[in-house]
Amino acid sequence: MADEVILLDFWLSPFGSRIRIALAEKGIKYEYIEEDLRKNKSSLLLQMNPVHKKIPVLIHNGKPIAESLIAVQYIDEVWNDKSPLLPSDPYERSHARFWADYVDKKIYEVGRKLYTKKGEEQEAGKKELIEVFKLLEQELGDKTYFGGDKLGFVDIAFIPFYTWFKTYETFGNINIEKECPKILSWAKRCIKIESVSKSLPDQDKVYDFIVEIRKKLGIE
Amino acid sequence: MAKVEGEVQLLGVGGSPFARRVQIALKLKGIEYTYIEENLRDKSDLLLKYNPIHKKVPVLVHNGKPIVESLVILEYIDETWENYPIFPQQPYEKALARFWSRFIDDKILPAISKAAWTVNKDEREKGIEESLQALQFLENELKHKFFGGENISIVDIAASYLAFWLPVIEEAVELKLLTSDKFPKLHKWSQEFINHPIVKENLPPKQGLLGFFKSRYAAISATSK
Repeated sequence: MADEVILLDFWLSPFGSRIRIALAEKGIKYEYIEEDLRKNKSSLLLQMNPVHKKIPVLIHNGKPIAESLIAVQYIDEVWNDKSPLLPSDPYERSHARFWADYVDKKIYEVGRKLYTKKGEEQEAGKKELIEVFKLLEQELGDKTYFGGDKLGFVDIAFIPFYTWFKTYETFGNINIEKECPKILSWAKRCIKIESVSKSLPDQDKVYDFIVEIRKKLGIE
Repeated sequence: MAKVEGEVQLLGVGGSPFARRVQIALKLKGIEYTYIEENLRDKSDLLLKYNPIHKKVPVLVHNGKPIVESLVILEYIDETWENYPIFPQQPYEKALARFWSRFIDDKILPAISKAAWTVNKDEREKGIEESLQALQFLENELKHKFFGGENISIVDIAASYLAFWLPVIEEAVELKLLTSDKFPKLHKWSQEFINHPIVKENLPPKQGLLGFFKSRYAAISATSK
């Protein structure tokens, strides 16, 4: 029986990008459906994710899986014949889950402060984001990827935010390469991988979109 | 299946629902462990060594290696000790179980906190509305005796806060959220859960918890005047 895989997503979403990378790593064919977040939520989205009403949603043979890190683990467990995304050792897995969670809880929300806030709130956001990156840099250490020799769960969780670096740097007036050079070199290694580069939006397009959002929100 | 050997320690705090989650799982699987009670106002060197990033309990230490974050710990326990599985085995069911556990932690608990730990009427109203909405989703999910079916599973363990801590908080702050008329299934579930033989042995004493929550609420009321 052929698998039917659908990804309900928005091009900009770092969370959707994670699922795109995982599907590409596993060589899974899928239908991509773009949800236009500027319009009213589609009936498909409301049906497939009634609890959060958010993208991304992975739909496998009609069954929806919401929350990107849950979807990535699901992909790893179902298509377990190639390209493992998580380590096999339980301790290493718990380590990967911890750091993926850390990325999930910290980067998007803190990063947002850099392009939506001003003054003290923005300053606090800048400081926190650099601290978060430095901690991740420490965790990376001298490894090629967070997953070791190959792309793993934490790499997949984190790399989509690379496309937001220009946005963070421009509005936040920070220099990520200067503060965390290892993070930059890690990111550049990741985007050389085809499944990553073809799954991520263009950094300039992300930046232009945020410029538009700021105009709409009246931020100067 | 070879028994996994090794020394297991759990750093926790008696009243913490997150630490109790781990204890329940360890007891369900019959895993021997040493419990170390932490004082969160005077964190031990051990805690700071094992959880330098968040400096929180619970921490599970297995053969000297620490695992933190209760839901991550529960996945580790289930993968390491395969008897009495607490996660479903089938990938889709497992994904759903992860989803609902996260929902409890990311949506239900913060909404309840918002409703409980405020004297501001508007904030409380907002918190109550969010809590009721979130609880309704969970109510709709409950189809058997437990979220896991006939046996306790990860979602039941994650929801233990609702079965035991929430009623104590409701009493302490004069709030009614998880009532039997609004949430008949969840209410029935909570009675089944706290009377489960293993769970019963692993809950903190109610009086102590009530006193703790009452003084917390009194402190908030005092500073708001």
